[in-house]
Parts: sequence; C-alpha cells; structure tokens
Amino acid sequence: MKHIAKLFLLLAFLWNVPAFAMDAMDIVRKANHVSYYNGEDGRAKVKMRIMDAQGRVRIREFIILRRDEDKTDGRQEFYVYFNKPADVKKMVFMVKKNMDRDDDRWLYLPALDLVKRIAASDERTSFVGSNFFYEDVSGRGINEDNHRLVKEDDNYYVIENTPKNPGAVEFASYKSWIHKTTFLPVKVEYYDAAGKLLRRYSALKVEMISGYPTVTASSMEDFRTGSKTLMNYSAVKYNIGLPDNIFTERYLRKVPRKYLR
Amino acid sequence: MSRVITVIILLVFPRILFAQEVKLPEGLGDLATMTQTEDSGPGLPFDLSGFVESRIGTRLQRDAHEKDTSIGEMRLQIGIEKDFEALTVNFVTDFIYDPVLNNHTIDLETGQGFADIREANVVFSPFDFMDVKIGRQVLTWGTGDLVFINDLFPKDWNSFFIGRDNEYLKGPSDALKAAVFFGDYNLDIVYTPRFDSDRFIDGRRISFFDRGLGALRGRENPVVANRPDRWFQDDELALRLYRSFGAYETALYYYNGFWKSPAGVDLNNGQVTFPKLQVFGASVRGPVIKGIGSAEVGYYKSADGAASNPLIKNGEFRLLLGYEQEIATELTASVQYYLERKLDYGQYLASLPPGAIRDSKNRHIFTLRLRKLLMNQDMTVGLFNFYSPTDRDGYLRVNISYKISDSLTVSAGGNIFYGSRISSFFGQLKDNSNIFTALHYDF
Repeated sequence: MKHIAKLFLLLAFLWNVPAFAMDAMDIVRKANHVSYYNGEDGRAKVKMRIMDAQGRVRIREFIILRRDEDKTDGRQEFYVYFNKPADVKKMVFMVKKNMDRDDDRWLYLPALDLVKRIAASDERTSFVGSNFFYEDVSGRGINEDNHRLVKEDDNYYVIENTPKNPGAVEFASYKSWIHKTTFLPVKVEYYDAAGKLLRRYSALKVEMISGYPTVTASSMEDFRTGSKTLMNYSAVKYNIGLPDNIFTERYLRKVPRKYLR
Repeated sequence: MSRVITVIILLVFPRILFAQEVKLPEGLGDLATMTQTEDSGPGLPFDLSGFVESRIGTRLQRDAHEKDTSIGEMRLQIGIEKDFEALTVNFVTDFIYDPVLNNHTIDLETGQGFADIREANVVFSPFDFMDVKIGRQVLTWGTGDLVFINDLFPKDWNSFFIGRDNEYLKGPSDALKAAVFFGDYNLDIVYTPRFDSDRFIDGRRISFFDRGLGALRGRENPVVANRPDRWFQDDELALRLYRSFGAYETALYYYNGFWKSPAGVDLNNGQVTFPKLQVFGASVRGPVIKGIGSAEVGYYKSADGAASNPLIKNGEFRLLLGYEQEIATELTASVQYYLERKLDYGQYLASLPPGAIRDSKNRHIFTLRLRKLLMNQDMTVGLFNFYSPTDRDGYLRVNISYKISDSLTVSAGGNIFYGSRISSFFGQLKDNSNIFTALHYDF
C-alpha cells in the first residue's frame, strides 16, 4: 500500500514538474487555451459598458455562442446575437475563425432579411465600438508574436511579446501577467516603441464555472483616448452540446432560441 | 495514510482547491465590477421594439410635376415578437403621417396611408429539417448590393429614391416560405398566392419620363396599373437551392411570376401591365484576395411573343460581379459591375415604331460604395454611386449619420441623379434630386 502511495506521489510530482520549468511558449499556449478554448463549446451573456473621456456611456449587450471545431485549439465558430442597443437588436454576427487565412464573417440584418458576407477587417479594430478589439474577443494567434519569459514570482509568469510583423499592429510590444495556477492572463499592457503605455487589459473577476476558471469581469483601457470598456459575462455555460449547424445560414435567419435562453 | 491520500488528491487534482470564485492575487485592477442589472424591461408578456422618427427632405430644383418637398413624414414603428412553445409570432407595423402624399387611406399593397404592415407572420418548424414562415414578411436573397437579379421580392423604389432608411427598399411579401435542409443542400421555396409587385415609380412621389407621352410625368397624371390580382392564379413561385463548398456559397434560383415593375402597356386604356416572367439564375460568393467576391447571373424569360411585341419588355440576360474589401481602418470599399443585355435585339429593333427611343443592346452599370466609421463607430459616412457608361447617367447616394446616444441618431443625406438624356434610366429622375435629414429614436 505504501508503495502504491509513493508511486502516486511520484506521478503527481512528475505531473507538476513542468509547472516549475515552463518555457514561454508553453505558458502562452496554456493561457490561450484557458482564455478561449474552455470546454468544447460555450455560451455567455455579455454586457459592455463603454465610457469615453467625457464620461459618456454606451451599452452593448449580446449573447455569444462558441464552438470549437476540434481539440487542437484551432478553428472556432462564433454566433453573436445582439440585444442592445436597440438599433442593432436581433442582428446576428457570425464568425468562422480560421488559422491559415482571414476569418469568414457574416452579418444578418432582420429588417431586410439580409444575410451579408463581410470582408474580413483588421483584427485590431474596435469590436462594436468598444475598447476591445476583435482580436481581444476571439484571441490573437499565438504564433504571431515572439514570447519571452521575463519574470516569474509566486503568482505570475510575466511574458513579453513582440510582434513578428510589427507593421500589422499598433503596438511595439505587450506584456502579459499570467496567473500561475489558472494560466489566465490577469493583466496585459500594450506599449509603443518608446515604452509608453497604450492600452491595458485587466481581469477583474474570475469565477469557477463547470470546472473552468472563467474571467467574468474585465476591463480594457485606452490611454491615448482616455476611454475604457468594462465587460461582464453572465449566465456562462460550457459543453452545452451546440450542434455544428447552428453556425449556418439557417440559424442566421431563424434564431436558435433554445441555445440563447 | 489518509493524510498521504489527501496530499495526492491535492497534487493531482489542484482544481478542486478552488472555491466558487477564484481569488486573484491582490494589487491588480480595482476589482470594480459593474452592477449586474438583469434585463429591467417593462415586464411585457412579449418582446417590444421599434422606433419613432421624423424625416424631411427637399428637391434641389423645381420639378414641374412634383412638390418641392420630397419627403416629410413622422413614422412610428412598433415591433412585437412573441415566442410560444413551438412557434414564434412576429408583427411589425409602421404608423405614418405623411403630408407630402396627403393620401391617408390605408393601402397595404402599395404602402400608402396611415399604416403599413411590414411583418405579420408565424414561424415554426414542422420537422427537424424544415422551417416555415407564413404571412407578411420581408424576403431577401442573392449577392447584389442594391442591385438585384434573382431577388424578385418586392422593392420600394419610391422609398429608396426619397431617402427613407435602407430597410424600406424592401417591400413586404404576403407569402409562405418553406426552408428545407438536407445536410449539404438546402432549398428555399417561397410561394406568393397573389402577385406582389414592386412599389414602383408611378409619378405620385417621383416624376419620370413616359416614353408613350414623350414627356415627363408626375403627380398630375399618376400611372394606373393593371396588376394581376387573382388569388392562386396570378401567383408567384421563387426557389433557391443552395450549398456551401468550404467558404464559398453557391446557389441556383428559379422564379415564375411576373415582371415586378411595369414592363408593358395596354394600349386600350393606357394602363401599365406586368407581363409573365420566368427567371433562371445562379450565384457564387466567397473570399477573393483580401475581400469578398461574388458573381450572379440570371436569364429573364419574358412573356411569349415579347421579342416582337414593342409593348412587352424583352427577355434579358443579367450579370453581376462584385468585390468588397476593407481598404483602410474602418473604411470599406465595394465595386460592382452589372450588365443587362436584351435578348432578341434584332426583333426588338424591328418591332419598334418609327421614331421610338431605342435602347442599346447592353446596359452597363458600375457601382462604387464607400463606408467609413468614425468617432468610436458613432458616426457613419457612406457613399454609393451608380454610373452607366452606356446610358451616360448615374445616381449618387450620400449619407452621414451620428449616434447622439445609444437610442438617438441624427442623419442627413442626398439622392443625386445625373445624366445627359431625359429618357435614360437615371437621367429621367434628374428633377427628383433631393437632400434630407432625419431624427430617429430607437426603443
């Protein structure tokens, strides 16, 4: 019996060894996984509060459905159903995230019954007018930057990331503080070439949902404009059994209520 | 022993250590979360949405056949949606006060009067593989951007030209739509038991060139239409069979009904007519270079004998090629090439009475759209231009809108028609060039 216990201990130790000697790419890969690929699929109600430097507030509310094509942390499908503001209510935005080429995007306009194909845009432009970029919502490809572990303390791995193609992005580098236990990035700061802080992402609240640590409140601040967006996730569910065909024209035109409730 | 097991469990399954909330290390963020307000709606037993707006516009020049005011209306839209176990009911209606037309008698076919029902339908799925929508509904398919080949659902050209919101370009259909899904292949069947025509240019709001009269014509002498209107006899059938090949969407189309806008004249009474029409078409759309490319074709088979009958529009071949790309941050450009070719052109020429205006065999149109978002996407500036090198005419649409708040939008725009000949497609509309402004509140 004692031997078995020892064996278990040994196994457990081995299992945890990489945690003490991880390289930057492993950390980034894990962080990408827990941030964007929890479970096989997921659903959340999202509320954004966009505040500009003058204190004006805009609200966005939508429900987001997500489905992973496989377990490789690769292609994903997103279905975004808007509730607010009123002028975009019932519109649907659908994305098929590709690894090797631009994402495929559709927009459904209910007043016209129009399924519009949207030319892929710069991933680093505002998502629905907020301070979050498309890439912040759906994830930045982990091979688009060089990663370096610059610091490690009891709580965090601090990774410095520099873009492989600096011409394609507005920042010169960004630093992420990745929580050691959950691998969630808790803070991400984007700098320009002079080292000036441009934007800051902060995880404000993390909840355990179906065994997955999930950021349920976060903020994105833009120091150039003085604006800030708070994003809240509620009614988060994982592994809801989303069928593949939800992400087709059929359900753009006919909302899949069952999965949005 | 049990202590050892506890240690093992903790090492092997570190996740069970977590309580419901994962404590973040201190010193990051102010942990100020938003107050979670669950939908504080009015607690209605159904979903309510809509808007109220006022919109005024004026012609940029005198038009001897129309009022100077091109648009002047107050509009309230009420949309109600109610979900039941197995079906959804939609009802969207507009209430309009329009002193320009000054005809308040409700006509649900032409959309004139105090009320215009946009939607009144029931949606349900009788089988896993089928969705059905019955009643008044707005329908759209095809790949064109403000140019339509296989979308033969009613258009409202008056709304389009006087500067109403884009959604009013589509008129409602009173139809049954069944969408059938067979895995890769999908089939849409739209049956309209009684012909729904376009809300076409009839002179009441927009003046046009009447080839019979050889002169411009407007509200002093509006067109009288002889619409096919027998239930289940003057009906329309529209089919779309579609499937995707990877990121490319392809479709085949069939339509059997009538020309949607007048395409003939009854010489006995001067009424315009809607001759029989069949359309066979196809389209493809998908990623091309850094944008979205599309192609669509349609063969318009007009009524029997149309080729040699000058009173009925000829059969046509239509082609549309489109490309859209984001060319700078939040600036999207799209271009289209559109061809309308008269079939049986020789017979068409031979049948024309002496001195009649001759259309060329091919009508080419190029369109350009530019759309720029500014000020955190609160401001949209848009431009859309139609230009025909064969007709040497065109139509420029400009629009600028600004969202004062999430609910309140102010916008302004213009519809500018240009051309050297009074008889050409856009040239005849020159006196209708207008600008407008609107204040729009969504709820």
